Amino acid sequence: MTLASIAQLVIGAIDLAAAFLFMYGLKRMSSPVTASSGILVAGFGMLAAVLASFFYIFDVTAAAKPFLMVNIGLSIVALIIGSGIAWWAGKKVAMTAMPQMVALYNGMGGGAAGAIAAVELFGAKAPGTTQLAVTLLGALIGAISLSGSLIAWAKLQGIVNKPLRVIGQQYFNMLVLIGTLAVGGYLIYVVHAGGSQVLSPPQLVYVFFACALAYGILMTLPIGGADMPVVISIYNAATGLAVGLEGFVLENPALMIAGMVVGAAGTLLTLLMAKAMNRSVANILFTNFGEAPKHAPAHIKGSLKPAEAADAGIFMRYAKSVIIIPGYGLAAAQAQQKLYEFVKLLQSAGVSVKFAIHPVAGRMPGQMDVLLAEAGVPYDLIFQLDDINEEFKTTDVALVIGANDVVNPAARTDKSSPIFGMPILNADQAKQVYVIKRGQGKGYAGIVNALFYADNTNMVYGDAGAVLAEMIEAVRGLGTKAAA
Amino acid sequence: MDFAIHITGFVAIYIFMLAAFAGWVIIGGVPAILHTPLMSGSNFVHGIVVVGGMFALLNASTVEEQVIGFFAVLLGAGNAAGGFAVTRRMLAMFQISGHAAKHQHPSHAKVHGPKAV
Repeated sequence: MTLASIAQLVIGAIDLAAAFLFMYGLKRMSSPVTASSGILVAGFGMLAAVLASFFYIFDVTAAAKPFLMVNIGLSIVALIIGSGIAWWAGKKVAMTAMPQMVALYNGMGGGAAGAIAAVELFGAKAPGTTQLAVTLLGALIGAISLSGSLIAWAKLQGIVNKPLRVIGQQYFNMLVLIGTLAVGGYLIYVVHAGGSQVLSPPQLVYVFFACALAYGILMTLPIGGADMPVVISIYNAATGLAVGLEGFVLENPALMIAGMVVGAAGTLLTLLMAKAMNRSVANILFTNFGEAPKHAPAHIKGSLKPAEAADAGIFMRYAKSVIIIPGYGLAAAQAQQKLYEFVKLLQSAGVSVKFAIHPVAGRMPGQMDVLLAEAGVPYDLIFQLDDINEEFKTTDVALVIGANDVVNPAARTDKSSPIFGMPILNADQAKQVYVIKRGQGKGYAGIVNALFYADNTNMVYGDAGAVLAEMIEAVRGLGTKAAA
Repeated sequence: MDFAIHITGFVAIYIFMLAAFAGWVIIGGVPAILHTPLMSGSNFVHGIVVVGGMFALLNASTVEEQVIGFFAVLLGAGNAAGGFAVTRRMLAMFQISGHAAKHQHPSHAKVHGPKAV
């Protein structure tokens, strides 16, 4: 056996094991009990596959032989720098900043897939038309995922604040996408037919990537912050798909399998999110939601009734049951620890406290669950929409913290409302509702929330952290005599 | 002996089809509480792209290919390492002991896993 075939054997066997470990690890990650071992299993697979990839040095092309030592050095440097920085950032980032971190890592994956495609294209390594077309498709999806994820990151980080919307934008974006595909098609034609050409193939590759990156930016700019759970989920699936396609070009089944598993999983997650909003994925991506004509608050009765934080806190202290509905405002105020402190006070006074989580609360699917887990809230106190919605009727107090559209009863009752039909948490059915809110503004959809005007609702204005601190102080101030 | 892997059209489509189905089924039953770690976990899994980057970089024969290959490995490694670090941190927070007993005794519900830094 030659050294090259031994290398192929080792890489083939270890990649096979890695593909198995990825799927087994993901499977374990789908239950809270086994989840934390699942990521370890998948991590072992990754480590083995990366180490095995060094065996490629025994099997390089003749053209690359003279550069081998330099390339090995570059590989090691790139591995150390890339993983070192990302590891450090991943350990350091605040839990509230997790959505943008995942977006960033996802963009890196898309960029890597795009870069692999670029190497293949510049080296003219892809032989057949199929290979070339798949390389270009992977490059397109990877590049869109890279620039789109970066915009999503900038939005979540607060660098880009307002959704950028211009008239005719969707048509222009469509034009850019068609243009990108046309450049790709022309590239395939030029490579195969040769002959007269306006631009040389490498120049066409540059144009192709420029167009694809531009499309990713243009496509993400108009999407509002509250739709980010869906967007991140889509780009996650897209990167998976790009990796799978480049795996086909490189004839690497581990990349194909891992990429496609993630592509399918991401697609499923995306559809779940869209379903929770009662909107189609296309509607989220291509409709300027919230730019719809401002909904006239015709059916709204009642008025906004402010309440003092201290009064609200004491009221909950003497209630029998409280359901808390956290939203993005809780994450923005980083108030999850304060919230659990308050909850523990209520619990020690004998109040039954539960958390109700809407599927699209926050900026990433399940973000509220993670934030509450970080604060130490046991996960059996956390309930999803379908499991708890019936309980509001028999609950004394619903406490809404920084959530808005997910508790708007208009989704149930008002056919003319843009969010009509979206499943909501029935907070309005509780005997008393407190809403902690920063100001009197509307939700991201610009819809007036009828819940805020309801007779049984009081508004507590202020930063969630400060309000909760006041509530804690007020309840503590009652002393232990009342708690007994 | 030849251990090189050759994947042609139909074989590739079969692999893609089965993998897509596997991904769909594996994630299908996941509870909403795990959506974030799962997304981050699958984000980590596509970090395998670093292996493709290694192949491209080790086979680079021009400066251009070396530069792009370097970025492929750099970004892929970042995807893998970062995805692992954040997923592990998130999942560590879900470790809660005495899960079943707590419904009856909410006051005992304060036991929880190690907090991340």
